[in-house]
Amino acid sequence: MFRIVKKRELAENVDEFIIEAPLIAKKAKPGQFVIIRVNAKGERIPLTIADKDPEAGTITLMVQRVGKSTYHLSCFDEGNSIRDVVGPLGKPTHIEKWGHVVAVGGGLGLAPIHHIAQGVKEAGNELTVIMGFRRKELIFWEDRMELLADRVIVTTNDGSYGMKGLVTDALRNLLDSGTKVDMVICAGPVPMMKAVADLTRDYGVPTVASLNPIMVDGTGMCGACRVTVGGEVKFACVDGPEFDAHQVDFDELMNRLKMFREKEEEAFKEFQRKHCGCHGR
Amino acid sequence: MAKREIIKKRVPVPERDPKERVKDFKEVKLGYTPQLAMEEAKRCLQCPHSPCVKACPVNVPIPQFIKLIEEGKFVEAARKIKEENILPSVCGRVCPQEIQCEGACVVGKVGDPVAIGALEAFAGDHEASVGYEKIVITEKRNKKVAIVGSGPAGIACAADLLKMGYEVTIFEALHEPGGVLVYGIPEFRLPNEIVERELSFLKEMGAKIELNFIVGKTKTVYELLEEFDAVFIGSGAGLPYMLNIEGLNLNGVYSANEFLTRVLFMGAYKFPETDTPVFTGKRLAVIGGGNTAMDVARTALRLKEVEEVMVIYRRSKEEMPARVEEVRHAEEEGVIFKTLTNPVRFVGENGWIKGIECVRMELGEPDESGRRKPIPVPGSEFIIEVDSVVMAIGQGPNPVVVDGVKEIKRGKKGEIIVDPETLMTDLPGVFAGGDVIRGGSTVIVAMGDGRKAARGIHEYLSRKQ
Ligand SMILES: Cc1cc2nc3c(=O)[nH]c(=O)nc-3n(C[C@H](O)[C@H](O)[C@H](O)COP(=O)(O)OP(=O)(O)OC[C@H]3O[C@@H](n4cnc5c(N)ncnc54)[C@H](O)[C@@H]3O)c2cc1C
Ligand SMILES: Cc1cc2nc3c(=O)[nH]c(=O)nc-3n(C[C@H](O)[C@H](O)[C@H](O)COP(=O)(O)OP(=O)(O)OC[C@H]3O[C@@H](n4cnc5c(N)ncnc54)[C@H](O)[C@@H]3O)c2cc1C
Ligand code: SF4
Ligand code: FES
Repeated sequence: MFRIVKKRELAENVDEFIIEAPLIAKKAKPGQFVIIRVNAKGERIPLTIADKDPEAGTITLMVQRVGKSTYHLSCFDEGNSIRDVVGPLGKPTHIEKWGHVVAVGGGLGLAPIHHIAQGVKEAGNELTVIMGFRRKELIFWEDRMELLADRVIVTTNDGSYGMKGLVTDALRNLLDSGTKVDMVICAGPVPMMKAVADLTRDYGVPTVASLNPIMVDGTGMCGACRVTVGGEVKFACVDGPEFDAHQVDFDELMNRLKMFREKEEEAFKEFQRKHCGCHGR
Repeated sequence: MAKREIIKKRVPVPERDPKERVKDFKEVKLGYTPQLAMEEAKRCLQCPHSPCVKACPVNVPIPQFIKLIEEGKFVEAARKIKEENILPSVCGRVCPQEIQCEGACVVGKVGDPVAIGALEAFAGDHEASVGYEKIVITEKRNKKVAIVGSGPAGIACAADLLKMGYEVTIFEALHEPGGVLVYGIPEFRLPNEIVERELSFLKEMGAKIELNFIVGKTKTVYELLEEFDAVFIGSGAGLPYMLNIEGLNLNGVYSANEFLTRVLFMGAYKFPETDTPVFTGKRLAVIGGGNTAMDVARTALRLKEVEEVMVIYRRSKEEMPARVEEVRHAEEEGVIFKTLTNPVRFVGENGWIKGIECVRMELGEPDESGRRKPIPVPGSEFIIEVDSVVMAIGQGPNPVVVDGVKEIKRGKKGEIIVDPETLMTDLPGVFAGGDVIRGGSTVIVAMGDGRKAARGIHEYLSRKQ
């Protein structure tokens, strides 16, 4: 059992959990994730290690509520325990001293971006973070990114905060302004990553994307996480989750994420009906 | 003993009706009653040269245990088996007896071979029902051994080391222990409670089991070597092979591992009571001819949504590597066999699988495996319509456990290379056995390796002292 040391709501539908997992905290590197299972009937779901504190023996997870398992997890409070947490999984981010790195994140992508940003700074890079949200109320972790990055650009779709537009608009501005960009790292919803990859391909800037396919074991045992990169089949949990964004077949990834859509909706309805008193939504 | 008359017909093992049993995941074979077991035991000729024993990978004293059953000494029979094989209830159910002990049985030359497997399972179950003998560990050694993986190899290695007085900790990557016995082999063949019972016996003997612990990730083999005096790697062959053909990543295309893990290990057959979903549609095809393929086919048949299950295999039924009984059970339950058929392409529509383009095959000359080689018939392509497909074409060792451990050598299929006598790798103090050194094998061979490694570890640690 893995105890929740701290929990808070970061924004609408987004929770932050600090969880006791000393062995994982000691090992976790940027780009890696854990797989958790809330209880004995739970599904195994992957969540990125957004931060760690090896001394305290804790890891930080940032969870966006999208369905049954993530809503269920958000019913857990400080002092409660999560049944299974396993990791750290996946290859750590490959980090070099590139020069100027732009990290682009939206929604659940901010978890990997946060941890990766730490590593990128430690390696002595200049760092710009572009974080995108639909509207003001959904913004979180701007303060944490400010602490890490040399420059933070927040975009909102409706212009209620920061720059109006999408992360790609901000990225294009930056690239057009003549600022030298040596590396782009992106994480978030698949359409966002695809748009970033399409943009940077035109500008010839190397780009890495942190992919989020459906997973089961997270150790290379099942192949549920298959993605196509440069025409080759890869298992994202062991070969990734980060890949050369210009080589990733994002359309296939989007399609594969829909594989269980009907069942997921059924499970979520059932969950709301039976179980959950904490979210009226 | 006076020469016995040969009884050609075997006492049948009671089984549930196919029409009933496909509705649930409960065990198909009901097993012998004491009376039936004693009657079957009478058929054994007690051959002095015991070809059955020689054909058993761990040389279970077969005529001796059968004699004890005949005499009604069931607990003693189980203990006799356990001198060589600690999991009679498991092996009696899953060993490929027809190519091992039963295949060599003298009675089999003129009639049905003695039902050694069923008798073994009976003895094991009987002993469990009256309660295991408490094992007193007389000698405590102040030495610790780490076991990686809780499958048959790890279990067998742990049990022997515990009896020798070592401190044992088992590290398991998944959230439940048991290896393929729980995440692969379905409950209708091997009920989970049998595996649970063996694992709790191990715990009673003092084994610690650490779940959610991936060696190679949570800690490396090197780190384990700092805390433990020796390490045994029994991490199995968990890496699924995929058919590298067009349409592999269409929705509805699974590896056997993913399908069985979802449905059985994660309990998708109880969805939405459990959270893990599986998508099958009405028509599901399995590609392959081994035990795994049969398990997938029969598991699929038991799902509410599924109406038709096909097994697609490129050779003929005779060449199928699955246990004969599994093929028979699958047929009885209504699985359709499409043999001499080879998939060449998965056909999709809007990202979902809709069909499998196959080519007909003919059998040619025998290949290196001694089986006749299938050759495609030109121009015979046709499409089988399906809603989902599961590939059960084998698996290899998962490299995660020894990732970055340079001293440990691996072969072409990724199998860990060990000294054949001691099962030690080239990294002193690290041993390996089971599927991880062989690619795919069997439960009994994996257990045999586990025991051999336990002896190797004991010698190594005794020498080191
Ligand atoms: C490497 C990786 C890191 C991730 N990191 C984070 C993170 O830090 N924070 C965060 O909020 N989310 C993260 N995700 C996504 C998260 O795992 C899914 O949102 C979660 O599994 C949804 O489960 P659910 O039951 O709540 O929703 P469901 O209703 O089951 O699913 C909603 C959608 O989530 C996706 N999904 C469903 N099951 C899985 C699964 N087992 N594995 C992956 N995706 C699935 C599917 O696209 C599905 O349509 C990550 C995913 C991956 C692969
Ligand atoms: C569906 C199916 C049906 C089968 N049917 C039969 C049958 O009828 N008869 C028969 O004799 N054989 C059968 N087999 C084969 C048999 O199950 C295997 O040969 C046997 O289980 C191998 O035992 P093992 O202990 O080497 O590995 P496994 O049983 O695979 O156990 C290995 C364990 O190690 C764990 N592990 C892996 N990597 C790590 C890591 N890095 N850190 C920690 N833990 C790790 C795994 O999670 C697993 O629990 C079948 C196999 C399958 C898949
Ligand atoms: S070969 Fe058959 S008859 Fe002879 S001892 Fe073995 S089981 Fe009995
Ligand atoms: S999640 Fe199972 S292989 Fe990647």
